[in-house]
Amino acid sequence: MRRVVVTGMGIYSCIGQDLDTVRDSLMTGKSGIIVDPVREQMGFRSYLTGFLPEPNLNSMLDRRKRVCMSQEASYAYLATLSALEQAKIDNDFLTKHEVGILYGNDSSALAVVEGVDILREKKNTTLIGSGSVFQSMNSSVTMNLSVIFKLKGINLTIAGACASGSHALGMGFMMIQSGLQDCIICGGAQEVNPYAVGSFDGLSAFSQRNDAPAEASRPFDAGRDGLVPSGGAATLILESYESAVKRGAPIFAEILSYGFSSNGDHISVPNIEGPKRSIIMALENSDVRLEDIKYVNAHATSTPVGDYNEALAINEVFGELKPFVGSTKSMTGHEMWMAGASEVIYSIIMMHNSFIAPTINFNKPDEASAKLNINNKCVRLSFDISLSNSFGFGGTNSTLIIKKL
Amino acid sequence: MIEPELIEKINRVLAEEFEVDPNIIKPEANLMETLELDSLDLVDMVVLIEHNFGFTVRAKDFAEIKTFEDFYQFINSRINGSQ
Repeated sequence: MRRVVVTGMGIYSCIGQDLDTVRDSLMTGKSGIIVDPVREQMGFRSYLTGFLPEPNLNSMLDRRKRVCMSQEASYAYLATLSALEQAKIDNDFLTKHEVGILYGNDSSALAVVEGVDILREKKNTTLIGSGSVFQSMNSSVTMNLSVIFKLKGINLTIAGACASGSHALGMGFMMIQSGLQDCIICGGAQEVNPYAVGSFDGLSAFSQRNDAPAEASRPFDAGRDGLVPSGGAATLILESYESAVKRGAPIFAEILSYGFSSNGDHISVPNIEGPKRSIIMALENSDVRLEDIKYVNAHATSTPVGDYNEALAINEVFGELKPFVGSTKSMTGHEMWMAGASEVIYSIIMMHNSFIAPTINFNKPDEASAKLNINNKCVRLSFDISLSNSFGFGGTNSTLIIKKL
Repeated sequence: MIEPELIEKINRVLAEEFEVDPNIIKPEANLMETLELDSLDLVDMVVLIEHNFGFTVRAKDFAEIKTFEDFYQFINSRINGSQ
């Protein structure tokens, strides 16, 4: 089996649109959450969201390419440009080699709503315009980026709810490990607009700390009252070790293992056994000893039941070893389809800069999180192996183990 | 006779929508080639006409249009009736 390494990273997130800014935000515990007055006007229970600027691609892409791009595809385009640049992959390489794309995405609601609004008003399908269908499909990111970057390899969207980005990395890992591909653009994207999350808000899943946006996402804290929706895009260039060395590419990390499971249980309520099986599978598929894992980037979204059950699952696996456990969602909010990819980038940034980011707003543990080693201030620590959890609706679970190189 | 203001408006909205230099638009020039249009762009041409001139056409209505002059005549005839 071949080794799989990370040769480039790019991100477009509410805590930064470049790796250095993201590093600084993680170190200082900076929140990317704001109050969105539009959501208040629309009747949302929670007015909170991660904030990131709308990309302006006018000078970067021609009209035809822009017309077909959804909001999340534009985020993913910018993240991927940065990742390819860091990986030293240019257009010539993309033309001459079989590079693929596996990207996590599970909605494109804004484009759907805008298209249907026109249809209802005009009663004429042509007046929806030429770009809507390419913006509206779940594969909006992969279909657009594969055309823009002229990709010749695997071309597929991974839809696994809030574990989409993590599963995309896992699938890319397996395809390169097995020799089917040498290089794959992997990642996750999440649109940021009210239409994407209105029905989610209706489930009372979001925090109602509307008067204190930076304090609203508080994973593992006893006072948590729900998640804060967020988004953007994160891209990692996965490549076989041989290919990376042959190209003279920078190598930032190695994906050591991928674990997954399905709860086979409730559609929205997570359990303990499913995530635990995902973590154990990742461990059993690697040569890593439990004690070598110094940091767990938890899925922990700041929901009462989800964080509780994940804390118990992590504790049951790690017991008295007590690695640092944290949730970067305390700063980013829940980046949903993007989160599994962005959180691997956050972990790699931490490993390369020798720190464990704080879980901000973690002031008082509950019965379950009291069993874990959670830091609410930045901790300086040199470490080289971390584990990243991502879970989603329907009980889909994904775990990745990553090593700094 | 087509009003100069109408021609000016047509040139302006075409140049803005399809992102071309307005100076390359000449009455005798080929519309599809000059604007670099493909079949998808004709869908957006339908949208452009509805938004800017207030009437709805079908993409197949463009079949007989070769030049910008043809396009001016087409728009003018739909606004003012055949002359």
